[in-house]
Amino acid sequence: MTDFPSPDVTETSRPFWDALNEGFLVFQECDQQHRWLPARDFCPTCLSDQFKYVKAGGRAQLVSWVVYNSAMNDAFKDQVPYNVALVQLEEGPKMMTNILAPNGELKAGMDLQLEIVKQDQFKLAKFKPSSK
Amino acid sequence: MNELTQMRGKYVIAGIGHTDYGKLPGRSTISLNTQACKQALIDARIEKSSVDALFVKVPTSAKEFMYGQKLAEAMGMKPKLGGSWDQGGAANMALISNAMAAIETGQCEVALVCYADNPRSGSRQVYARPRGDDAVYGWFSTAAGYGLIHRRHMIEFGTQPEDFAQFAMASRRHGALNPKAQLKLPLSLEQYMNAPMQIEPLRRDDCCLVSDGGAALVVMSAKRAVELGVPNPVPILGLGQGQTSAELPVRETLTSTEAVVSARTAFSMSGLQAKDIDVIQIYDCFTVAGVMTLEDYGFCPKGQFGPWSKGGYLEIDGPLPMNTSGGLLSETGMPGLQLIIEGVRQMRGVANLQVQKARNCLISNQGGTMHTHATMILGRCND
Repeated sequence: MTDFPSPDVTETSRPFWDALNEGFLVFQECDQQHRWLPARDFCPTCLSDQFKYVKAGGRAQLVSWVVYNSAMNDAFKDQVPYNVALVQLEEGPKMMTNILAPNGELKAGMDLQLEIVKQDQFKLAKFKPSSK
Repeated sequence: MNELTQMRGKYVIAGIGHTDYGKLPGRSTISLNTQACKQALIDARIEKSSVDALFVKVPTSAKEFMYGQKLAEAMGMKPKLGGSWDQGGAANMALISNAMAAIETGQCEVALVCYADNPRSGSRQVYARPRGDDAVYGWFSTAAGYGLIHRRHMIEFGTQPEDFAQFAMASRRHGALNPKAQLKLPLSLEQYMNAPMQIEPLRRDDCCLVSDGGAALVVMSAKRAVELGVPNPVPILGLGQGQTSAELPVRETLTSTEAVVSARTAFSMSGLQAKDIDVIQIYDCFTVAGVMTLEDYGFCPKGQFGPWSKGGYLEIDGPLPMNTSGGLLSETGMPGLQLIIEGVRQMRGVANLQVQKARNCLISNQGGTMHTHATMILGRCND
């Protein structure tokens, strides 16, 4: 079986991946309270380098998604048809992810809950429909 | 008259050239670019020695170090300035704008702008590329990004598959009537609806062709065109550009494009408004890109594309003929120069599907997943 693609873990993004590995999704927040993903050395709004990593509460909403009926990388062959989704965390930042639900049950704006899933050497932030 | 409007008509497209479109096995991008540039020089009736700048859009599928200089060498040119520019499909107009700026500041007098690529017979791997670290989620390909936008347009505005089909059917009808088009098959609603969906919600005919080919333009001032005896110069009435984020999660919205920004500059330079436009060439790499561009230009009310376009509004016999040579969905998947070339043909009155009495033609170019956008408005030749 083909290996899944790995993220390019850099000095900038290592805290993000380390946190996931420990079971937390984090985003960055600067001293002006701008929040962002993906990891950067400077705030993309005010270019401040004074920031901290904040643990996400884990709640999010589904913005949009696609369903791959054929895989463009052999590692995903067994998962077809699989979804890739854009979600917005309740704290603001948006990210790409997978929704752990049948593709036919996905609905725009649906409430989601973080679920950390191991894939090869890395833990990934995925989401499942929230049961609230 | 402000500084922007002083640019109206000051520069012209003096010549156009292109290779065949489709599958051209064995042809390098240098060979395709050279052929297109040669044709453009012949069309402008100028000598190679008159050209002193060479602006090249980097081949999408095979980026090379110092590509612009390699091309100049192959054509035996020693331009004063030039190089290759990486900005996706909006690069064509960015290069025209760069050429205008360079001429305006005395850096050169006559520029070639060109592009060639061979992803159809060579590698199309670039279009299935991993999208950064998000590839861990299976996030691959150019098409998927447009799929995400397509879905969001459906969510926000209730846009139906039948609405996107209207767009594809217009481009495909015109392409089917173009003897030089790569895909000469008109599209029915039934065919559109029944085609396979590799990445939902995109259907096959929402997606542009993958094509080999090259195209080129000659840009100079209207004054220089007179001096050189250029027979059919087409004036650039307006040109504008805009850009947004490289990746989609960072964007505030998925359903607005930088067409808003690029059109503001282009309309302002030209002194025209959307209602004044007679014929349009809209960048249709994916139907949703074309639909949103038409909305953001102000041709179509946001979210109303279906009802607005019904009854052949964008077809050759309708009020606003679009993509009269077939666009990216039908003529060639080449990223954008073919649209400018068709605009030039319309303004010369020699298009295959000529729009009678058209006084102007608006053209859109865009690149990446709607990262970059450009708008150009051409006026009638020798008016």
